[in-house]
Amino acid sequence: MSAALGPDHARRGASVQGDALPDAGRAAAVAVAGAVRRRGYRRAWLVIAGLVAAALAAFAWALMAGALPVSSDAMLAALTGAGGSMEADIVRTLRLPRAVAAFACGGLLALAGALMQVLLRNPLADPYVLGISGGAAVGALGAILAGLGGGWIDASAAIGALGATLLVFGLAHGDGSWTQTRLLLTGVIVAAGCGAAVALMLSLAPEGRVKGMLFWLMGDASSATRPWPALVLLVLGLVAVLPFARELNLLTRGEVTARALGVRVGRLRGLVYGLGSLLTAVAVTTIGSVGFVGLIVPHLVRLAIGNDQRLLLPAATLAGGVLLTVADTAARTVVAPIQLPVGVLTALIGVPVFLFLLARHPR
Amino acid sequence: MKMDARPPVLGTDALHVSVGARDVCRGLDFTLQPADTLVILGRNGAGKSTLLHTLAGLRAPAGGSVLLSGQPYAAWPRGHEACLRGLLAQSQPDFFSATVLETALVGRHPYLGRWDWEGPEDEAIAMVALEQMGLAGFAERQVPTLSGGERQRLAIAALLVQQPRLYLLDEPLAHLDLHHQIQVLDHFAMLAAGGAGVTMVLHDINLAARYASHVLLLDGEGGHAFGRAAEILTAPRLSAAFGHPLRAVQDGDTTLFVPA
Repeated sequence: MSAALGPDHARRGASVQGDALPDAGRAAAVAVAGAVRRRGYRRAWLVIAGLVAAALAAFAWALMAGALPVSSDAMLAALTGAGGSMEADIVRTLRLPRAVAAFACGGLLALAGALMQVLLRNPLADPYVLGISGGAAVGALGAILAGLGGGWIDASAAIGALGATLLVFGLAHGDGSWTQTRLLLTGVIVAAGCGAAVALMLSLAPEGRVKGMLFWLMGDASSATRPWPALVLLVLGLVAVLPFARELNLLTRGEVTARALGVRVGRLRGLVYGLGSLLTAVAVTTIGSVGFVGLIVPHLVRLAIGNDQRLLLPAATLAGGVLLTVADTAARTVVAPIQLPVGVLTALIGVPVFLFLLARHPR
Repeated sequence: MKMDARPPVLGTDALHVSVGARDVCRGLDFTLQPADTLVILGRNGAGKSTLLHTLAGLRAPAGGSVLLSGQPYAAWPRGHEACLRGLLAQSQPDFFSATVLETALVGRHPYLGRWDWEGPEDEAIAMVALEQMGLAGFAERQVPTLSGGERQRLAIAALLVQQPRLYLLDEPLAHLDLHHQIQVLDHFAMLAAGGAGVTMVLHDINLAARYASHVLLLDGEGGHAFGRAAEILTAPRLSAAFGHPLRAVQDGDTTLFVPA
């Protein structure tokens, strides 16, 4: 039967070829493809360049604004180590660590959120939804409740974050299949449990400790005296994940398709989940619990430059850093001398922008 | 290399596939040569997709072995199997928006190094595949704006971009209108005539009869019949496999099967 059909198939196949564009048309189509992609890339690189400029501007504002305004000349002098004045001292020892902490943690949270969204193939995933931040909050508040000091709070928050990660990972991995629905549900349940534990601790805590606990919960960069590990981890995390960015693109096409194209999906998911948890744990131990950055920033960036992870991950990292630096500076200057919790400001900035963009792009 | 010197595209040796406690097939032996087109038929839930995933090396068999171009999957260098066999999955999720061109270009992944970006040659291959699937003017469109049939043709285009030697197609005609069904099957017939191997799950017995060189009929209980299409596609066998009486109707040289 195949022998009889063979030549027939070949002929019919040839007619499909014949229907195709002539060579000139094909060359034109290929030129169109090149132009389409170059346009996309140019836009993406423009966005990234704009974000780098915005990051520099945000840092300048963070260093200059405050109860004691610092001029741009004095700021540059302080950064280059020239000035020995009180201004230089404030810039170097108070504002710079705080700005670096805010930038690094914003980047960490945005990168972690972007990774979690690909991992769960769900644009609503972020470290908070998955309970990682909740675990950190339980750890940190437990330490505060026990009357432990700064270092212990950080360590306890990190243990809480990693504990929640292992719990979610372990439970969702129960029968060996990694279904994203179970992972998301497990995360939501763990997050809910953590929320209850936090509420319990707040209600049991003595009056004097509640304010510190609330500030930790809403995010506070003022206590970040050692921001450099977070920045180093941010750079390392980005460098570690970029080689896998194209595989992450494939993962968004579905697990079967990704595996058929040679992606080691299990290993990739473990890497992404582990890295996302580590990034989140370091961010929450440095600056406390800041919401919306991991959810909103990747979304905004995706609306601007599309969903190629090779561009999205660095752009989201930069945008997260800029957002949190601006929000933290605003939090300590807008109603000075009162300091607002930065998490409240990220929500106040992020939510309307997000709703506006979502309404403008009906997808 | 001459064609007859090339190893078979796909082969199985005493392949045993099961889902839970239920067998999909036991002791399956077959060989798919270049230019062969194998159609897998069987009722809903017979395990056709499971078998196809096993043949794609994505699922470990319960017993026996699968040979891709003469070697077990484990013997190929990591990632190289994706240059040899491509799989059209049954569903095409899109949780995130992407352009049609970006989606077609994912088929180039096996050929690119970790730090490589798709170049002009990759774009040319993608554009040719899009045009072959009737999506030439769609390059810049966002996938969620496409119809079901257009998305299916895009998934097929992405598979064509992969340029494997073995095509494994899970219901390639899903969502396609009649014209595009024939166009897609003609295209794979052309690829087979050029030396590729094609294995596909179909539900349309008459299209199977028209395009298959070989047929694998699963009975849903672990039994199977494999052979040349004309041997397997008989009214009694099909009636038994589908649990519904079928009648063969002769139209010139062509035998058509209609449900009684």
